[in-house]
Amino acid sequence: MWKWLHPYAKTERSYQLCQTLLPWFSVLGLLSLVVGAIWGLAFAPADYQQSDAFRIIYIHVPSAILSKMLYSSMAIAAFIGLVWQVKTAFMAMIALAPIGAMVTFVSLITGAVWGKPMWGTWWEWDARLTSQLILLFLFFGVMSLYKSFDDQQQAGKAAGVMAIVGVINLPIIHYSVEWWNTLHQGATILKMDKPSMPAEMLWPLLLCILSWALVSGAIFLLRLQNEILRREIKRPWVLSMVNEPMVSGAAVATNNPNKHEQVQ
Amino acid sequence: MSPLLALFKRDLSLAFHQRAELMQPLIFFTLVTSLFPLAVGPNPATLQLIGPGVIWVAAILSSLLGLERLFRDDFQDGSLEQILLSGSALPLVALVKVLTHWLTSILPLIILSPLLALFLHLSEAMYWALLATLILGTPLLSLIGGIAVALTVGLNRGGVLLALLLVPIFIPLLIFATSAVDAAALSLPYNAQLAIIGAMLLLALALAPFATAYALKVSQN
Repeated sequence: MWKWLHPYAKTERSYQLCQTLLPWFSVLGLLSLVVGAIWGLAFAPADYQQSDAFRIIYIHVPSAILSKMLYSSMAIAAFIGLVWQVKTAFMAMIALAPIGAMVTFVSLITGAVWGKPMWGTWWEWDARLTSQLILLFLFFGVMSLYKSFDDQQQAGKAAGVMAIVGVINLPIIHYSVEWWNTLHQGATILKMDKPSMPAEMLWPLLLCILSWALVSGAIFLLRLQNEILRREIKRPWVLSMVNEPMVSGAAVATNNPNKHEQVQ
Repeated sequence: MSPLLALFKRDLSLAFHQRAELMQPLIFFTLVTSLFPLAVGPNPATLQLIGPGVIWVAAILSSLLGLERLFRDDFQDGSLEQILLSGSALPLVALVKVLTHWLTSILPLIILSPLLALFLHLSEAMYWALLATLILGTPLLSLIGGIAVALTVGLNRGGVLLALLLVPIFIPLLIFATSAVDAAALSLPYNAQLAIIGAMLLLALALAPFATAYALKVSQN
C-alpha cells in the first residue's frame, strides 16, 4: 500500500491526482446535493409528530456526520505526515481543517434551529451538542496553531501533533459528556436491527450524506491544490505549468527568476 | 539516571529562586475562586453547589498560567538545545520537567485547597473527594499541558493559544472530577469517577512524554 502511496509524497503527482479527481467529485457532488436536497425538502413525507420541521435533518445529520469524518481524516493525514514524513499529508491536513470547522459550525447552527421548535430552546447543554462544540474548538486549535508559525514545515508538524492529541481525546470527550447529560435523541440510522426511519425518508438522507461527503471532497481537492501551488510557487513544475498556457505571458516571464529556488 | 536527577534539582532550585513567579498561580487561584462568592452572592447553599466546579475551573486556569514557563526560560537561554543535544532520553527529560512543574506550581494549589473549600462551604465529605480528584487529576493537567507548551514554546504569543489548545482537552477531566465531588455531596460512592481519572492519568503518563519530546524537537527545529 505504501508503494502505491509514496509517489504522492511528490507534490506534483498529488496535484495531478487532484486535477483528475476534482471534476468527478464536484459534478457528482453537486448533482447528488441538488437531487438529495430537493427530494428531502420537498418530496419526502412529513413526520407524523414533527411535521415539516423535521426536514432540517437533511442538512443537520450530513453535517454532523461529516464533521467527525473530517476530523478523523485530518488526524489520519497528520499521522501519515508525522510517521512517514510526507509533506503533502500536512498540506492535506491543513486543507481539511477549515472545511471541518465550517461543517461543524453548520451542524451546530442547524441543531439550534431544530432545537427551538422541538425542545423549546436554542441551546441545551446536552451531550452531543457539547461534544460538537468542543469539536469546533479542536478544529480552531489546530488551525490557529498552524497559523502561528512562520515556518510551514514546523507549523505542519506542530498542528499535526495537536490533531492527533485531539483525536485520542475525541472518544473520551464524547463518552464523558454523554455520561454527563443526554437529551439528544439516539442514533436513527446506524442501528443494528432496523433503522427507525421509513425508507422514503431514509433514502434522501443517505443521498444527502453522500453528497455532503462528495462536495467536501471537492472543496478539499481545490484547497489542497491551492495549498500545493502556494507553497511550491517557485518550483520549476509550477512555473512551467503557469507559463505554458500563456502565449504572451510577459508579466510572468519577467518575474521568472533564472535560478529556481528550492523552497523548503 | 544522574543527569536527570541533576536536571530535577536544577529546575527545583531555579523555581525557588523566582519566588514571585512561583506565587503568581497561587494568588491567581485564590483570586478567581474568591470572585465567585462576590458574583453569585454569599448564599452558602449556592456556593456549596458551585464550589467544586469553581475550584476545578480555577485550578485549570492557574495551571495554564504556570505552564507557560515550563520550557520558556530554557528555550530562551538555549539550555533546552543543550539538553536536546546531551543524548539523555528526551521523554524522560520531559517527564522530569513536568514533574517539577507539578511540584512547584500545582502542589501549592492543592495545599491551599482546604482554605478555598472553607470559603465555598464545602462539606467534609466533599472536600475529601475534591482532594482525591485534585491529586489524581492535576498531574494530567501538567502532562497534557506539557505537549502544548512544547509546541508553542518558540512562539512569542503563547498565552491565549495555549488556552485554546488545552481547555477543550481538559473538559473530560473537569466533568469526571466535579461529578465525583457531587456524588460525595450526596454520600454516594465515587470510585468509578476516580478510576476513570486514574485511567486517563495512566494513559497520559504513557503517551504524553513521547509527544512532548517530539514537540520539543519540532519547536527547536
